[in-house]
Amino acid sequence: MRLTLPRFLQLAVTLLTAAFLIVPAIQSIVAGLTVNYFRGLSSGLTLRWVGEVWRLYADSILLSMGLAVACLGVTLVIGVPAAYALAKNPGRLSRILEEFISLPLAVPGLALALALLQLYGSMTGFRTSWTFILVGHVLYTLPFMVRSVLAVLMAMDLKSLEESAATLGASAATRFRTIVVPNAMPGILAGALTVVTLSIGEFNLTWMLHTPYLKTLPVGLADSYASMRLEIASAYTLVFFVMIVPLLMAMQWATDRAQRISR
Amino acid sequence: MANRTFIGLCLLPLAVFSLAFLALPLVRLVMASGEGTEGWGIYLQILQTPRYLQTLLQTVLVSLAVSVAALAISTTAGLFLARNRFPGRGALLSILTLPLAFPGVVVGFLIILLGGRQGLFNMLLPGHVVFAYSLLGLFLGYLYFSIPRVLLTVMAATEKLDPALEEAARTLGASPYRVVFDVILPGLAPSLVAAGAIAFATAMGAFGTAFTLATDIDVLPMVIYTEFTLSANIAMASALSVLLGLATWVLLLLARSFAGATVAAGG
Repeated sequence: MRLTLPRFLQLAVTLLTAAFLIVPAIQSIVAGLTVNYFRGLSSGLTLRWVGEVWRLYADSILLSMGLAVACLGVTLVIGVPAAYALAKNPGRLSRILEEFISLPLAVPGLALALALLQLYGSMTGFRTSWTFILVGHVLYTLPFMVRSVLAVLMAMDLKSLEESAATLGASAATRFRTIVVPNAMPGILAGALTVVTLSIGEFNLTWMLHTPYLKTLPVGLADSYASMRLEIASAYTLVFFVMIVPLLMAMQWATDRAQRISR
Repeated sequence: MANRTFIGLCLLPLAVFSLAFLALPLVRLVMASGEGTEGWGIYLQILQTPRYLQTLLQTVLVSLAVSVAALAISTTAGLFLARNRFPGRGALLSILTLPLAFPGVVVGFLIILLGGRQGLFNMLLPGHVVFAYSLLGLFLGYLYFSIPRVLLTVMAATEKLDPALEEAARTLGASPYRVVFDVILPGLAPSLVAAGAIAFATAMGAFGTAFTLATDIDVLPMVIYTEFTLSANIAMASALSVLLGLATWVLLLLARSFAGATVAAGG
């Protein structure tokens, strides 16, 4: 690569942008492992703050993991069959339905949470249980699952595969189980990783839906930013990074793979 | 089991869930906005109250500034990364797309680490350089989560451009600047409009970042939040939510009809 002036300027913008994004992330990692951030690295490195985070917020971290798994289960049960039905009937009605369930991607989570609260807020048993938060997470992640599976299904020759199976006597349910699901696997995997990643990081809906006894990881993060010393807030952010970054990388890999297949 | 019945059964869980937890709640939200003392006149009241008008204006202006900045930065970096191969490119690309899954609150905290009282800038230049809680901090926070999204859209669009067009322009004697402004940018235009609209809509609705940074700044999501929790002004919170939701939804719909698929999430 020859470094001309325009190229040099482009490189400078790219590097500055990367610095803007990565420097504060590194700062939070360092701060979470430093004895006293204000005095700097010379005060020594410690895992004390990470331990403190576990003592204070283990419940939140575990709740988020449980919610993500439950959310994945629900989006699989609702999303995969729905994507199949939409792929079988690619008409106007299907487009409208797909558009409708994608509303939570366009309408801010805060507005959706207010809507849920006003309809279900008075049902105390439901309102104060973890399933209320789960509903919010499913609402937000479901369109990713449906679209991811739908894209893969639309790209393959579903019709002739199913017809050959049908002539051999396979029922609709058998065809779904033995042909549709295995062939849609790349889409299901990409959708699943997206659902888990987004569920663990979801804040906008969850902040409104949570109760004092049910705080998810990001809710706990907001709590620590507001009320804990910088080292603890940073250590908690570090714990979050350790969870989310591998997931994000797996998600990007799976999404690229699914997109290559559906091309 | 007949084919049609099976497909109906496949759609049933989705239909039940979306009806119960999306359609009905949204109807309830719209209804609730008209149940205040003002009735449906509440929408008129928004337009007549200086505080709400100023909030709307401020939200639109910040979002607009973020979209323009994110477009300029991400197009520059995206074109560079798409067109050049060099050692470290993969690492740069990873860094630039990493924040995609960061919740808004985390982005807010990262801005505090840069521009807060104990922030990097205040440590390097101890002349009280604190900008995290100002409009600039909010702008930088929104920019932080917008850059990866716009970058990915730009790079995907660049890969679809026909390199023959650029070569043709070059053989015809166009300077590199002319190639960029007459060939590449017009080719990217639909994707840029779409990416800008996504950035704008996401910034308009961003709650997490505003929640950490905008304690003193009136942006729409924060005003909705305080109307709901502090003032218990349910009707006004609902009306503002309806306005915000409609605005972002219409914008993204327009963007999509302009240029294919979109990625919008979080904030």
